[in-house]
Amino acid sequence: MATFIDRLTRPLVDENPVTLQILGICSALAVTTTLATALTMAAALTVVLCLSGLFISLIRQHIPHSVRLIVQITIIASLVIVIDGLLRAYAFEMSRRLSVFVGLIVTNCLVLGRAESFAMKNPVLPTLADALGNGMGYSLVLIVVGTLRELLGAGTLLGRPVVATVAEGGWFEPLALMQRAPAAFFILGLLVWAIRALRRSQAEAPDYRLEATEEER
Amino acid sequence: MTELLFRSIFEENLALSFFLGICTFLAVSKRVETAAGLGFAVIVVQTITVPLNNLIQTQLLSEGAWGWVGLPEVDLGFLKLVTFIGVIAASVQVLEMTLDRFAPLLYRALGIFLPLITVNCAILGGSLFMVERRYDFAEAVVYGFGSGAGWALAIVTFAAIRERLRYSDMPAGLQGLGSAFLVTGLMSLGISALAGAGGP
Repeated sequence: MATFIDRLTRPLVDENPVTLQILGICSALAVTTTLATALTMAAALTVVLCLSGLFISLIRQHIPHSVRLIVQITIIASLVIVIDGLLRAYAFEMSRRLSVFVGLIVTNCLVLGRAESFAMKNPVLPTLADALGNGMGYSLVLIVVGTLRELLGAGTLLGRPVVATVAEGGWFEPLALMQRAPAAFFILGLLVWAIRALRRSQAEAPDYRLEATEEER
Repeated sequence: MTELLFRSIFEENLALSFFLGICTFLAVSKRVETAAGLGFAVIVVQTITVPLNNLIQTQLLSEGAWGWVGLPEVDLGFLKLVTFIGVIAASVQVLEMTLDRFAPLLYRALGIFLPLITVNCAILGGSLFMVERRYDFAEAVVYGFGSGAGWALAIVTFAAIRERLRYSDMPAGLQGLGSAFLVTGLMSLGISALAGAGGP
């Protein structure tokens, strides 16, 4: 039970798939202009991650080693097609805003990475815990970035006004940059910095160190 | 056409404005030479797969494409993802074998990058954008080349900056990934200033 909870909670901060393992970043950045798109994408990815983990783990003894990647990609792609179809049917406006990025879950390295490194080697229950944990770690990053970008970029949250913008007679001038591509990189960069400042062990060692000069010695 | 070419290289740069292939972008950009190898491989694969997927989309998958055999109602659009991924994996494989046979030098230069490209979302993303924006075949050729070239341009520039960055003295937490994001953000800012370049 302890390992179960451990598997579920460790990917949240300590082994976060996005900020530490550099997996699944493409979608993490592209869909975070508003909190609503970020939440939808996070939910879609978590579902695909859990279900693909479940199926791959179930048939892992029967997958020939040489074609395992093709089998994994086919399973993931089928799940993504279902999710994409569901979104189109029940949330068409949202699926239009997410554009091609739901389809790109197929090549999301987080899903394939967990399938290859965990689901192929473990029974169903630990795989589900691992998939759910990683899905939540990914969702956490998306929610933080999405909240910041929507709040600072438009003064709203989930489409509802939170701070009064100048256009509506308030004081808050929306930062147009936040809705554009560079802001996503900046926020994620700063987030990585913040996490690594708190968890020293995650910091990467520099390739070169400055040597003290004669005077400093 | 020139406008589409320039737009796909600069304004709609796959890596810097659409965040496609960022995982590879960050992982394989420690040295300029390897980055250039990967960039070149992306250009080649993208120029082949986008037009190829365009043909498949218009001739086999789109609604009414099977009209000539008397099945005008068949719409295989839902098979798009699986087909595209299959086409990409297959063309990478074929390209690898062809290069191995006829251009062993180039094959060795591209080395491990070709298989990596199969799961690079810039390639699948390019094909999906091509469908979403309804490019015809000629536009697909131009878009395929342009978007590949834009991605290559971005990764080579980024690798060059990163080679320099290694000597800089920065806070421990910012070392590596953190600074890579900030630099990419600045590059993305810079390239958005080129919007409209090459247009009238």
